[in-house]
Amino acid sequence: MSPQKIEGLPREMIALRVSREIQDGMYVNLGIGIPTLVSNWIEGKDVYLQAEIGMLKTGALADGDDVDQDLINASCQAVCALPGSSYFDIAESFAMIRGGHIDVAVMGALQINVRGDYAGWSNPSRGLFVGNVGGSMDLCAGAKKLYIAMEHTTKDGELKIVNELSYPATAEGRVSMLFTDLAVIEITPKGMVLKEVMAGLTPKDVQSVTEPKLIIDPKCKEMEL
Amino acid sequence: MDKVLPSLEAAIADVKDGVMIAIPGFFACGVPRALLQALIKKGTKNLTLACGCGPMLGAADELKQLTLNGQIKKVIDSYGLFRSASKGMADPFEQAIRAGKIELEIYPMGTMAEKYRAAGAGIPAFYTPTGVGSVMENIVNEIKEKRTPKETKIINGKKYVLEYALQPDFAFIHCKIADREGNLRYAKTARNFNHVMATAAKITIVEAENIVEPGQMDGDDVHTPGIYVNRVVKVERPKFAITID
Repeated sequence: MSPQKIEGLPREMIALRVSREIQDGMYVNLGIGIPTLVSNWIEGKDVYLQAEIGMLKTGALADGDDVDQDLINASCQAVCALPGSSYFDIAESFAMIRGGHIDVAVMGALQINVRGDYAGWSNPSRGLFVGNVGGSMDLCAGAKKLYIAMEHTTKDGELKIVNELSYPATAEGRVSMLFTDLAVIEITPKGMVLKEVMAGLTPKDVQSVTEPKLIIDPKCKEMEL
Repeated sequence: MDKVLPSLEAAIADVKDGVMIAIPGFFACGVPRALLQALIKKGTKNLTLACGCGPMLGAADELKQLTLNGQIKKVIDSYGLFRSASKGMADPFEQAIRAGKIELEIYPMGTMAEKYRAAGAGIPAFYTPTGVGSVMENIVNEIKEKRTPKETKIINGKKYVLEYALQPDFAFIHCKIADREGNLRYAKTARNFNHVMATAAKITIVEAENIVEPGQMDGDDVHTPGIYVNRVVKVERPKFAITID
């Protein structure tokens, strides 16, 4: 039986919290889902978004007359270019990803464990062995820092932060920070360190929906938004 | 040499049953739709479609027809299934995969890109960190018997997977501008897999929205030099919805 689900922050607020980690001058790749929403909170920052399709400095979503069928992001949405945007071919795009030139990749996840392994590319409930891996494993292999932004539990309250993954892994030991609707957790060699909790919750509340034993940072604080 | 042919039919005349064709495009963007439509009309069967990031999902009408005609034997891609599981279940292509009638093999996108780049550059295989610690250390194929282990190697204390170059028989390419000698220029993010696939294939067939005389395109503006290109056909600028299910 799943533990009692806790209502957390909306997805936009998870994205806002992640955006606090994105500094001027960074080259960043945002995955599909909550990570994409991070782009709504970095306006005014000097940040360069990379799209796997072969573009640096991706602009806002395009509509109306701005839509160009030759200009889309990695989620198949029409986007705008910005002054200083550049385009390149796919081998170049993944050379910069695998080659360690991306400062931060933010990805969604189905499950994550205490060692920073995570699963996000294939949902076995689909009943197929194959899945849509896209560029996720390349980003895991090459980004300098890998952050996960996700809901703490599934809609039905099943745990997503687990001792052992039951879904196929995207990568092992690559996640450094985890941002959820309830908490901010750092993945360290000693284990998962609880750094911040949503206003109104206690570390114990967060532990009740987290399978691995959390290490409570002595400076653990309320999540600042 | 003038590489321009008068029709798509003439350009794909020697595309025979059982060949492997590289299909560029990143979802809906940069897909050679006119050549795919010519392939549907020609009815060539037993095809392996070597993709990169779901071009057939972005050309869902063409995928449906190729599937219903029984033209596809295998698809190689990083993103081969519809994004929506429920829409996928209802689609003939995914049903054919489930029924074992079409084989789907999956590699990480960067590995797909490098497979083509390597083939075009005379590199038979390469070690990559991508996929280490995942099922990608084996061939990821819906058919269980095909899931054999890939070779791995520790280099400077870190594990890598050996991946092989992929040389298709043909590449179908979509570009914005071609000159008669096969120099190509792409538009924005429609470049994606087009250049590497043009370099990888034994025979590269291009559909171009515009054809110009040699010299009308500045040498500095060429993305794919004509040495990689065998045939060019003029097509209308395609109209399509920028979406995938």
